[in-house]
Amino acid sequence: MKEQLKSIEERAKSELSKVSDIKLLDEIRVRFLGKKGELTGILKQMGKLSAEERPVIGQLANTVRADIESAIAEKQALIKSALAEEKLKSERIDVTLPGRTPKVGRPHPLNAVLEEVEEVFLGMGFDIVEGPEVESDYYCFEALNMPKHHPARDTQDTFYINENVLLRTQTSSVQIRTMEKMKPPIRIISPGRVYRSDAVDATHSPIFHQIEGLVIDKGVTMADLKGTLELLMKRLYGEDTQIRLRPHHFPYTEPSAEVDLMCFNCHGKGCSMCKQEGYVELLGAGMVHPKVLADCGIDPEVYSGFAFGIGLERITMGRYNINDMRLLYENDMRFLEQF
Amino acid sequence: MDLSMRWLRDYVDLDADVKKFCSDITISGSKVECYNEEGAYLSNVVVGRVESIERHPDSDHMWITQINVGEDEPVQIVTGAQNVKQGDYVPVAKHKSTVLHEGKEVKITKGKLRGVASNGMLCSLSELGLTVHDFPYAIEDGIFILGDDCDRTIGKDIREAIGFNDTTVEFEITSNRPDCLSVIGLARETAATYNIPLKVNKPSFKGVEGNVNDYLKVAIRNTDLCKRYIGAIVKNVKIGPSPRWMRERLRASGVRPINNLVDITNFVMLEYGRPMHAFDLRYVEGGEINVRNAAEGEKITTLDGVERTLSSNMLVIADAKKPVAVAGIMGGEYSGIMDDTTTVVFESACFDGASVMTTSKRLGMRTDASARYEKGLDPHECYDALMRACQLVEELGAGEVINNWIDCNYQSEEPRTVEFSSEWINRFLGTDIPEEQMIDYLNRLEIKVENGRCISPWFRIDLGVKADIAEEVARLYDYNNIPDTIIRGVAKAQLTEKQKFERRIKQAVLAMGVNEIATFSFISPKYFDKIRLPQDSKLRNTVKIMNPLGEDTSVMRTTMLPSVCEVLSRNYNYRNPEAYVFEMGNEYLPVEGEELPVEPVRLCIGVYDTKDKDSFDFFDLKGIIEGIMSKAGVRSYEVSRPDESCTFDEAAAFHPGRTAVITCDGVQLGIFGELHPETCENYGIGARAYAAKINIPELMEKGSSERIYTPLPKFPATTRDISVMCDAELPSAELEKAIRNAVGSILEKVTLFDVYTGEQIGEGKKSVSYSISMRSHEGTLTDEQADKAMDKVVKALAALGAERR
Repeated sequence: MKEQLKSIEERAKSELSKVSDIKLLDEIRVRFLGKKGELTGILKQMGKLSAEERPVIGQLANTVRADIESAIAEKQALIKSALAEEKLKSERIDVTLPGRTPKVGRPHPLNAVLEEVEEVFLGMGFDIVEGPEVESDYYCFEALNMPKHHPARDTQDTFYINENVLLRTQTSSVQIRTMEKMKPPIRIISPGRVYRSDAVDATHSPIFHQIEGLVIDKGVTMADLKGTLELLMKRLYGEDTQIRLRPHHFPYTEPSAEVDLMCFNCHGKGCSMCKQEGYVELLGAGMVHPKVLADCGIDPEVYSGFAFGIGLERITMGRYNINDMRLLYENDMRFLEQF
Repeated sequence: MDLSMRWLRDYVDLDADVKKFCSDITISGSKVECYNEEGAYLSNVVVGRVESIERHPDSDHMWITQINVGEDEPVQIVTGAQNVKQGDYVPVAKHKSTVLHEGKEVKITKGKLRGVASNGMLCSLSELGLTVHDFPYAIEDGIFILGDDCDRTIGKDIREAIGFNDTTVEFEITSNRPDCLSVIGLARETAATYNIPLKVNKPSFKGVEGNVNDYLKVAIRNTDLCKRYIGAIVKNVKIGPSPRWMRERLRASGVRPINNLVDITNFVMLEYGRPMHAFDLRYVEGGEINVRNAAEGEKITTLDGVERTLSSNMLVIADAKKPVAVAGIMGGEYSGIMDDTTTVVFESACFDGASVMTTSKRLGMRTDASARYEKGLDPHECYDALMRACQLVEELGAGEVINNWIDCNYQSEEPRTVEFSSEWINRFLGTDIPEEQMIDYLNRLEIKVENGRCISPWFRIDLGVKADIAEEVARLYDYNNIPDTIIRGVAKAQLTEKQKFERRIKQAVLAMGVNEIATFSFISPKYFDKIRLPQDSKLRNTVKIMNPLGEDTSVMRTTMLPSVCEVLSRNYNYRNPEAYVFEMGNEYLPVEGEELPVEPVRLCIGVYDTKDKDSFDFFDLKGIIEGIMSKAGVRSYEVSRPDESCTFDEAAAFHPGRTAVITCDGVQLGIFGELHPETCENYGIGARAYAAKINIPELMEKGSSERIYTPLPKFPATTRDISVMCDAELPSAELEKAIRNAVGSILEKVTLFDVYTGEQIGEGKKSVSYSISMRSHEGTLTDEQADKAMDKVVKALAALGAERR
């Protein structure tokens, strides 16, 4: 019997060594270890053995069973991993084929930049205020120290609806509406569409966007205006940004300034990008004219403030290197999808 | 304002080169646009003397000349010009030089002309870039023979020799500083900027005996619009060219020299910034100058030959009978100086700015004079300007000036003063500038400081408040020297609910694959037809622009739909295979009895997709709309076909069978669907296109940003399916609503999973299948509970005519 058991183990192992199919493996298991299998067959004959032999053979049989079982398990694991390997192999793909992107819309570049600017101002404590685009002459000009026949009106070619109503040429109109409603301290920006009767070309559009800022409080100085603009420009354009202020004239601010950004290309030396000036004109600013304050019911002897206006198109075009303003309003998908 | 640097240097000793000057004067307040050097394109062109001249052996019109250009040997040059003779001084373009030819730069090199070597070229005025206005004794179509007003040093650079080497600086002068529209004004700014003396002498002249009143009477009939009129008489006028120094200063200032008298008036205007006029006394009837309002409908033919009809609010200079000039704008056709003019009236006057501006706009005439007057000049300087003009007449020998003049003067002598406080200025600017330094700055600008007040010089019309004085100080101190400080105090800022909501909706639409666009807010009224808007639609009542750029941009949009259709159309034209676009923008709706329209915010979406047939249909759009509703927090709303109650007049732009209106609590929030084939055709879109419009304020009103957590279910759900057969026209939404109501609180979800129409069902019928998921939060639903609910469902559906299959 011992020999029989040994031979079973040997045969089983030899067969196992040849097998590579999970089904055949199972057959082997059944043939040797199954209910009707060879090992069971031998164990059934155990009764014929003597009392001394029985435990010896029994133990041997168990060892043989355990050996075969573990050999089968081992083989099973081998075959499984080979199969898995094969499957993985067969599932190889060309990872350089193009991906499938889910459709995601792109914000319009003007609005993408506007939102960025708004975030900077919100961080600096400025509320965002809106106002009407179809505006009365009073808010757009009169209250900004530009009565009828004021020569400065000439520089802003205005679309009129009737004698007293127009399309606002600047979002400064919102300043006035805000000052009428709010008491200082005031810290706001008013972004929005403005209109001037300029024909469309690469650098002009009859509709464009301004972001106007206004700060009114006790003891606000021109140094505060400078510091605020400096900070703003650094946040928008980076820490090494340099600006330059030069005197200008706006009827609603005094002193008034235009603010230039040092040309990124030539660092102030003068190149073709900045038309040899070394600087690029960026925005207008100034201390709110005392008459404007007084007309809005704010005592200019107590309060002072500053205002500034930024052209959104200008910063957007600078940011993305867009050379033609028309692209912004044409809405060609090939353009929009770049942002 | 074009400033001649040569002219400027008549008044200030400027050390800085032009580049530095431009930068410094910009920083002190006079913005330089650019500068140009005269004749910069000329190179290697020198003065030469014609030593000999002989005929070309093989040509009947060419000449061979030997030209002395100051080198060891004369240069041989062949010329086709006929006006050159021995001894003439001429401009010589040597070998490897640059001149102008027909306005373009050309290189001159040596070559052969009909076999004869020619080592350069003799130049005409136009080859130098000049005209006979610059050198009246020269001829147009011949070589420029240098006159005795040129430096005829042989070999000298031609630009230097003829004074064609000025630099013109172009300034952008703001409207508050008309005093800087003059050479003296800018010289004053220059002197103040560099703290150097300004060398301007008070002009004066000797004159000849006589009585101006024998020639001229002057009366100002409207002293509101004309504060001062000074008239002088020049007799025995000798019209001729003005001297080179005057011509070149005018040329560099962009003014064409004409004759001595005209040049003097232009010269004084540029120098003093005061427009002048010269009348030929022969054409001033009765020797009378009346400054008066025009009679309504009165006519005048101006110098430019155009007949103008005047109205009674326009100011004119009239003689005894008729207007001879539109005051401050332009003279009449006979008022100018002619070759046979013998006696001239010089006018130096001051007219009201607003009046000049209005008249010049109404007549469509803007001149150098009106551009200065309209800014509001002060009358005081009329006097110096007139004196200067008379002085120049004497200096140029252009005539005899009678040594007295008529001065009708209504100007105010009240000094204009402004409070001066150095503490206030420092506090306002955030600076620490010593008072003496401030006073020095102001004095440099001729602003006197006395007893705590600044006295404005007459030419400064812009100093009215303390802040104006602060600006004068700040600009000479240099704005960039003011420290940078941060605004004090804390301000908490946040977006308003409206702003947050709009941003949220935009983000949602972007996330669903739709790109943002920006379109013009004005449109053509014709676009209403393109979107098939009914003729009686309220949306055709628009805010109209009085002076539009064109019809296409002439009315403010009352609907955003055409803007979006336009973008779809453009992209389709560009052969872009798809366009998914939206804009959140304003519509402009007139309000009866209100001055201003309302400007509600709308979301407008447009889509076409030609990538493949099934890329996009109504239900994709509906999905986007549902996404928006969900993001807006509108929990229950209805979707139905637009009917008579539809408030969106744009409905006509849509496909009648594929359009829906979203309603919440009786408020219509939006409309969406496929565009009507005719709309697409009108826009040249050759594909099915889709659009939606949502009213943002209403959406916000019905929405909610509040989200409250519902506990996750503890008990399993029970799902039952049901298929019913009903009329094909019965909206699915009604069946769904019936199911919801029937199941009640245990309903979790109704899902439509099949719609079938076909032969087996019969014409006009459809089969619809729903999966109904039910769940209770109190315990596991029993079969009985579920069956009971389903019984109700069956009954409710049957009531709608939908029978269980």
